[in-house]
Amino acid sequence: MTHATSLACRECAREFPLDPLHVCDFCFGPLEVAYDHDGIQSRISRERIESGPRSIWRYKDLLPVDDDFIVDLNVGWTPLLRADRLAARLGMRELWIKNDTCNPSWSFKDRVVAVASSRSRQLGFQTLACASTGNLANSVSAHAARAGMDAIVFIPHDLEAGKVLGSAVYNPTIVAVNGSYDDVNRLCAELADNRSWAFVNINMRAYYAEGSRTLAFEVAEQLGWRAPRQVVAPMASGSLFTKIHKGFQEFQRYGLIEETPVRMIGAQAEGCSPITTAWRNETTNIRPVKPNTIAKSLAIGNPADGYYALKTMKRTDGGATAVTDAEVVEGIRLLAECEGVFAETAGGVTIAGLRQALTNEQIDPDEPTVAFITGGGLKTADAVVEHVTQPIPVEGTLQSFEDAFAEAPQAVGVGG
Amino acid sequence: MATRRVRFTFEGDAVTEPLIYLLGHEFAVVTNIRMADVERDFGWVMLELDGEHDEIDRALGWIAGKGVRVDPVAGDVVEG
Repeated sequence: MTHATSLACRECAREFPLDPLHVCDFCFGPLEVAYDHDGIQSRISRERIESGPRSIWRYKDLLPVDDDFIVDLNVGWTPLLRADRLAARLGMRELWIKNDTCNPSWSFKDRVVAVASSRSRQLGFQTLACASTGNLANSVSAHAARAGMDAIVFIPHDLEAGKVLGSAVYNPTIVAVNGSYDDVNRLCAELADNRSWAFVNINMRAYYAEGSRTLAFEVAEQLGWRAPRQVVAPMASGSLFTKIHKGFQEFQRYGLIEETPVRMIGAQAEGCSPITTAWRNETTNIRPVKPNTIAKSLAIGNPADGYYALKTMKRTDGGATAVTDAEVVEGIRLLAECEGVFAETAGGVTIAGLRQALTNEQIDPDEPTVAFITGGGLKTADAVVEHVTQPIPVEGTLQSFEDAFAEAPQAVGVGG
Repeated sequence: MATRRVRFTFEGDAVTEPLIYLLGHEFAVVTNIRMADVERDFGWVMLELDGEHDEIDRALGWIAGKGVRVDPVAGDVVEG
């Protein structure tokens, strides 16, 4: 039985029932799930969590879903890798990589969609929906298939075929909207009000966002029940960033980890950096932008939770970074070459943002730091295909190989 | 009748023009402001519009033509 009790407005604190609502009827502030903290406190323990499944559902006491409705694709419990080689390259003492490329549809979106789809099932919905250019649509389609629900996915009409495939294989209804990105936004916002569909990040947004907290829960547990001192995470809407911090705070509140401060650093691409721009201009008024970056999964020009991300940075003595597309590619390569993890462009933003934060002295190279890698590299292969090692062409003879190998720059150090 | 919840973002000269008043004057829609933050050269307003569906569309098209950005109150809902 879930400990969720209501939805509460983050602005005026008015409470609403646990329905498919996303904004406060009174002030239009965003709604957030509220919990019975005493009930959680009386039940939760390290031992109880450790005896749970190796997925996000080991934290079900902290999620807004009853057991009977869980849609389980075995999401979460992804590796936390100690990244000593990357740390050495960056001049850091203790760096960890939370590798969320290992989720069922290869991105962290599986966490949020797992919670939203489960809650949708509990609320009696038959159809999951979303508007997406990639990861979110993949995850919604996969979860709907797993749950035996219908899926309807809205995409811009000019989305590349390769990106559509990652959803199409699960057989959802795919609607290609002939219009601008803003037209898709407006259409889906209207449909969420008019149709009996669970739009995971619109009318189910309050539940959806809760799934991101499991990233913090896992990291704290995997670090041996402690929080890192510093975090670098990508920012699109800003929701993931704020919820990671909230997750650490909750573990501290329930006595599962010590109360230590966690400095939160957000990473954006320069071509879509409304939150970082506001941070640098020392304002909480975020000016929407038209995205123009290879980091498509972070391309949210009008971020719903940007204001709260800025508050999180301020509260944690954190900050924000913005990196060029060239730096994004370099970040992807650096992570792959040093640690064997192939990230999508959002991961390149995180690694490049980490590097920038070190240069700008926004983080301390001697403090334990976790960088969040939120999606797999094959999703954005086009971004790096021109920038990686090329094959050495040889004939099928030893001499041909020896000649070519001797001249190949990447043969250095191979030995033997 | 329909209800639409939207966010207007104003920049530059649009900040000081009485555009919300004019919207209610020129179109058969009722405007109901719920939250706002306005600075010297930038501001946003979240409001509810009541009226016929097509009339709301015309009103939103008109104000967008005045340089005001119109978004759903939930921000961008198209995600990567």
